[in-house]
Amino acid sequence: MTEQTNDDVLMSVRGLKVHFPIKKGVFVDKVVGHVRAVDGVDLDIRRGKTYGLVGESGCGKSTLGRAMLRLVEPTDGTVTFDGVEMRSLRPEPLRLLRRRLQMVFQDPLASLDPRQSVESILTEPLRTHAFKGDHGARVRELLDVVGLPANAAGRYPHEFSGGQRQRVGIARAIALNPEMIIADEPVSALDVSIQAQIVNLLEDLQEQLGLTYVVVAHDLAVVRHVSDTIGVMYLGAIVEESSSDELYAEPLHPYTIALMSAIPIPDPEVEERRERILLTGDLPSPANIPPGCRFHTRCPFRQTTRCADEVPALREIRPGRKVACHWSEEIVSGRIQAAASSHDPTATEVGLPV
Amino acid sequence: MNVNNLLDVNDLEIVFSRRGRRDVRAVDKVSFSVAPGETVGLVGESGCGKSVTSLAIMGLLPKRGVRLGGSISFDGTELIGLPQDKLRRMRGRDLAMVFQDPMTSLNPVIPIGTQVTEVLVRHRGLSGDAARKEAADLLARVGIPDPARRLKEYPHQLSGGMRQRALIAMALAAKPRLLIADEPTTALDVTIQAQILELLKELVRESGTALIMITHDLGVVAGMCDSVHVMYSGRIVERAGRRELFGHPRHPYTGGLLASIPRLDQPRGERLEPIQGSPRDMLAWAEGCAFAPRCRNRVEECVGTPPALGPDRLRPEHELRCYNPLGGSND
Repeated sequence: MTEQTNDDVLMSVRGLKVHFPIKKGVFVDKVVGHVRAVDGVDLDIRRGKTYGLVGESGCGKSTLGRAMLRLVEPTDGTVTFDGVEMRSLRPEPLRLLRRRLQMVFQDPLASLDPRQSVESILTEPLRTHAFKGDHGARVRELLDVVGLPANAAGRYPHEFSGGQRQRVGIARAIALNPEMIIADEPVSALDVSIQAQIVNLLEDLQEQLGLTYVVVAHDLAVVRHVSDTIGVMYLGAIVEESSSDELYAEPLHPYTIALMSAIPIPDPEVEERRERILLTGDLPSPANIPPGCRFHTRCPFRQTTRCADEVPALREIRPGRKVACHWSEEIVSGRIQAAASSHDPTATEVGLPV
Repeated sequence: MNVNNLLDVNDLEIVFSRRGRRDVRAVDKVSFSVAPGETVGLVGESGCGKSVTSLAIMGLLPKRGVRLGGSISFDGTELIGLPQDKLRRMRGRDLAMVFQDPMTSLNPVIPIGTQVTEVLVRHRGLSGDAARKEAADLLARVGIPDPARRLKEYPHQLSGGMRQRALIAMALAAKPRLLIADEPTTALDVTIQAQILELLKELVRESGTALIMITHDLGVVAGMCDSVHVMYSGRIVERAGRRELFGHPRHPYTGGLLASIPRLDQPRGERLEPIQGSPRDMLAWAEGCAFAPRCRNRVEECVGTPPALGPDRLRPEHELRCYNPLGGSND
């Protein structure tokens, strides 16, 4: 782990697991199983870059984002931020470290206290961390940076539109000049015309303040737009990691291939030409992750050997391209084709061309 | 008006009034029509009136505090002012609707099977075993595995995608001639969304059902709709066939929406061009174009005289409500 901690890497995550116990029983809580929300994740986040985490609901991407900040306690593994191992930190050093690590949440209405004015929301981190300097001036500066009028300071969250509230949430996150921001679905609650404003704001702030981002989102088009590197998650694990340019040009993991093909593109000409690979069935429960490759129950490229009984490692098949699939090379070269109809008896092949 | 149209909406107005408050005109002189086998998209952001329009067609708006104007004609029958009992006979049989959130539109304390068979009993006169068998067939048709078991289950036991499928099965139970889908996939993951959209397409293709898709997602529209109506602040601002609309957007709002979404198939690194301001910054239509405060193409006329929806002289396949459209003016 230590040899990875060069200057370039700001945060490195190794073998991170977050398992939530499932309890049953009236008097004695008996643990009957575990929801393996994050199940062994390794990743490196480079300074000044954006790492995008994508996946569908329930894949563990938000839990992973929170575990990186120790907002949920990891079950196992390490998170190293700028050379400091975070899991063993005592509360006070952790609190001090969090000044450098901030978070932007999905729903700004839920993450801002409705009874606190914007000024009070923005000075709270300054007070908590004993910010030196004029707090009032800092608030005005922050409002200006995120593109809110100066008179916003005296107003309350409900007086703003969704986009403006998200700007307040971002201002709060950058109040202490952090080095890294974890943004959990920062635009998905906003109207389409507003999403682009917030995306552009995040990009501007990165340039001005040299921020490092982790963007967690389900919208692959947005994630690809903002990220340098993308990790695709499925059922608690990263199944593919790639630079974001290469990911669309040539997705390697069957799940990424299907995910990409499912995303509608606002252009009828493209939509008519595209080939859609429909996944069958639903996401398995993270309390009951399939053995072998966790994707094999829905995989259109499933083979009769290895897939069901051998866990594929996340391996680098060429520089900058990591994938957790036994058959990537064969799929990319076209030697293995997607099955036209499903082999899974419980599957639901809707509208697939036969 | 074309005689072949199944649904003709003409100058529809929906006004919400509350004592002591100013009236809210949610939908303002909206006209469009749908033919059998056609898929029509109503597109716009939150608050543009697209969902209220669909509720008005289904006759689901409350009587009190709502004023309806204009006409909604379904196969020659005027739906506005139709007595409840007549409407009830049509809803489910002729007109059906799929809502956004499958959890709140299913009854949580009644098994799925009972909810599906209810429609069959009411509108197709089936009973007992015949109804149960038909219900299982319907669930199988929308792609729910092991339908006989699922029929006995309650909504919370199904996943989101499966609930939405059950809802579509209910909507299809009486073989409606018009289906309204209000953001049917917004609450779902993209891989499940792709399954549901394929299902809807297949339905239109096979049974000639007319479909109204209400959505904010231009990607969904691009893949499904024959014609598209773009709404802003209660009025239609632009309409055209989908190839025409996406190929040559004329209204600055349509163009702005397209420029503000990152596209998966285009090279990265280009900056997005958002629309300024928020949908809250609007002008009343009486005072000019509602979009004027956010519009890059604003000219003097935009504030003062409201633009009318009319054929676009430059691109005759469009209808447009704009003085200074993208790609050149009309005059």
